[in-house]
Amino acid sequence: MAKNYPLYIRSTPTENELKFHYMVHTSLDVVDEKISAMGKALVDQRELYLGLLYPTEDYKVYGYVTNSKVKFVMVVDSSNTALRDNEIRSMFRKLHNSYTDVMCNPFYNPGDRIQSRAFDNMVTSMMIQVC
Amino acid sequence: MEGLTLSDAEQKYYSDLFSYCDIESTKKVVVNGRVLELFRAAQLPNDVVLQIMELCGATRLGYFGRSQFYIALKLVAVAQSGFPLRVESINTVKDLPLPRFVASKNEQESRHAASYSSDSENQGSYSGVIPPPPGRGQVKKGSVTHDTVQPRTSADAQEPASPVVSPQQSPPTSPHTWRKHSRHPSGGNSERPLAGSGPFWSPFGEAQSGSSAGDAVWSGHSPPPPQENWVSFADTPPTSTLLTMHPASVQDQTTVRTVASATTAIEIRRQSSSYDDPWKITDEQRQYYVNQFKTIQPDLNGFIPGSAAKEFFTKSKLPILELSHIWELSDFDKDGALTLDEFCAAFHLVVARKNGYDLPEKLPESLMPKLIDLEDSADVGDQPGEVGYSGSPAEAPPSKSPSMPSLNQTWPELNQSSEQWETFSERSSSSQTLTQFDSNIAPADPDTAIVHPVPIRMTPSKIHMQEMELKRTGSADGYSSSDSFTSDPEQIGSNVTRQRSHSGTSPDNTAPPPPPPRPQPSHSRSSSLDMNRTFTVTTGQQQAGVVAHPPAVPPRPQPSQAPGPAVHRPVDADGLMTHTSTSPQQIPEQPNFADFSQFEVFAASNVNEEQDDEAEKHPEVLTVEKASDPASSLRVAKTDSKTEEKTAASAPANVSKGTTPLAPPPKPVRRRLKSEDELRPEVDEHTQKTGVLAAVLASQPSIPRSIGKDKKAIQASIRRNKETNTVLARLNSELQQQLKDVLEERISLEVQLEQLRPFSHL
Repeated sequence: MAKNYPLYIRSTPTENELKFHYMVHTSLDVVDEKISAMGKALVDQRELYLGLLYPTEDYKVYGYVTNSKVKFVMVVDSSNTALRDNEIRSMFRKLHNSYTDVMCNPFYNPGDRIQSRAFDNMVTSMMIQVC
Repeated sequence: MEGLTLSDAEQKYYSDLFSYCDIESTKKVVVNGRVLELFRAAQLPNDVVLQIMELCGATRLGYFGRSQFYIALKLVAVAQSGFPLRVESINTVKDLPLPRFVASKNEQESRHAASYSSDSENQGSYSGVIPPPPGRGQVKKGSVTHDTVQPRTSADAQEPASPVVSPQQSPPTSPHTWRKHSRHPSGGNSERPLAGSGPFWSPFGEAQSGSSAGDAVWSGHSPPPPQENWVSFADTPPTSTLLTMHPASVQDQTTVRTVASATTAIEIRRQSSSYDDPWKITDEQRQYYVNQFKTIQPDLNGFIPGSAAKEFFTKSKLPILELSHIWELSDFDKDGALTLDEFCAAFHLVVARKNGYDLPEKLPESLMPKLIDLEDSADVGDQPGEVGYSGSPAEAPPSKSPSMPSLNQTWPELNQSSEQWETFSERSSSSQTLTQFDSNIAPADPDTAIVHPVPIRMTPSKIHMQEMELKRTGSADGYSSSDSFTSDPEQIGSNVTRQRSHSGTSPDNTAPPPPPPRPQPSHSRSSSLDMNRTFTVTTGQQQAGVVAHPPAVPPRPQPSQAPGPAVHRPVDADGLMTHTSTSPQQIPEQPNFADFSQFEVFAASNVNEEQDDEAEKHPEVLTVEKASDPASSLRVAKTDSKTEEKTAASAPANVSKGTTPLAPPPKPVRRRLKSEDELRPEVDEHTQKTGVLAAVLASQPSIPRSIGKDKKAIQASIRRNKETNTVLARLNSELQQQLKDVLEERISLEVQLEQLRPFSHL
């Protein structure tokens, strides 16, 4: 599937980027599975939030898909005394909002890597807040 | 490196220059860029500069240490004096004038040269070097005249590296101009910086040719050069050039973006490097931007769509990433389109970037749309227009304008409030936000002292009322109209007045006034008795329809209760205590709530069609309510008033559920079929939530308006909007959850029914 390339990847200080890349890619399968399982195209934001995809190897993966099938995957350490579901949701919401802001920019071509500074700042602030 | 002996004046001067170049405050190493600028400003041929650098050891070391820097400066002085560059010339040449750098520095140096021994002057000049020179003008005064006479190596004007040319030419021809500058207040300098950058688009080729023409203008622009000079030497001449260009080429603005602009970009100096406010837009620039805006979008109050803006700014040859960042900064309301102010801000940022200025991380204050609006001279005149455009280009003006003038007449305070309101709407700069505030006002808190929200709300409620009236006249509902007419007009009137009191908040700040006298201040807008009657009728009808008070049922609780609870309702954020008394409250609340929920829906969806939508929505709401009527009437027929209250109480919830997902009426029906006990707590929650929301939302518009502080108000309103969003989202999710539960119950009930049916057949 040539279309499953990441638009944006960011990891916390411990830069095991490759490992995260791998996890994200594997979780994409789970995301797809959940999407197809949803059946009718509900445009409810709650369903966009896919929840805990699967907890393995002391980290958790959360998924969120937008209406335009852009997927957000968040990987968190389990040692991170569990982030509440609401927090994850709000983080995804913020991500979504920032993403739409990026989209609004006419200079941004959908499919490009995201280079918006505002987006970066938002993500950084979120990560700092979590870690 | 040979020992360097410097005189005191030299020492001081060099150290000043060093600290100027030492932008990183390392105190040891000077940034190469700045040093190079400095040397370029010395108007020496490039090879000489290179030689100097070699001699002083910078190229060897790779950086400019203090000693290297001093040596270099001395060598510059040597070169400028015409002596051959030798290492030994550093110390051998006695009484060397201080190295001269462009324009402002030139004055200093020339002054130094002229009065080399006068330390006092040097001191003065030194003081003028580092700090932003308020006294610059005066300091330069004397030296300027000397300057113009100074021989200047006229480097090539075209040469980007030493863009010193044209100004160099101009000062000699108009020495007197310098004196003029000194009189200019340095405060005005801050505006100049970017003045020239406006027309920088115009072919810079004109620069050289126009330099003579620019002479006269040069005078007008020299204050900025001095000021900037101390910031970056090489830039002054181009600045002045550009500034000279500016007035001359104001008419030529249309000859904009040519490839020459690329060269101009390089040559264009950091005019914006003024310390005071680099981001301020001067009037000339603003005029230029406005003209550019017009070429894309003739309507000054309209938007430039993203694609057009993209094309336009791509012409500026900035990298896409930068343009993208500029867009992010300037698209204040994130709507994908640029208003005039956003466009000006974006243009300004592009200009600044082309000047070499780094893009800020946040939009500078002076570029914020609202501030730019307020700075506009044509504020008062623009505001009504801006109201129109910010509201929604198509529909807002017609609906708003009738209400606005009438409101202005009615409430004196609206005069100032209208401006604030317009400013505010300007700030929001999107009808979407406007709508949200409309909805916020809909369940207006009568206790708020704020007048501003009222006008907005009046219109929708008016429309709503008119719609209701239309409905009433159109549909001959026997149980509704006639009965409501007959049944206690006063009470209905009181309800109406109460409802209107919600809308007409300003005069009704006092808590529970007696009901009958209430109408006068509140419905001043609809001062005629007919409107009263209309409201009475429509309200009564609607109430009857929704609450399902059949003729038989005693009218809503006492009018005395009505105003009381009405006033309490908005304050009742913790929840509606007494359901008995809530029903009349909810009646007026319902339309408000309906408006509100509709607005929420549409605020999320469509930006420009609130007015139409709300008009449409009203009939829909009414249909929903109407549809619920038969059910409610059925129910009422079976149950007691208690149920009615619940249905009344649930009506708003149902309305909300009905409108939010636009669910068909059966849902309310089903709700009523459920056990009453289940309903009641849920309904409590709903009404509670709506009460909370109403209070929250009602308080929202009041605060920014009342404060009147633009930036804080925006931020505060943004925060509140976000809070509201989260609250609403939560409510939405909870409602969805309840919906699902209800669906499940329904299914289970149906299953049971199925199971029972076979038995019945037996």
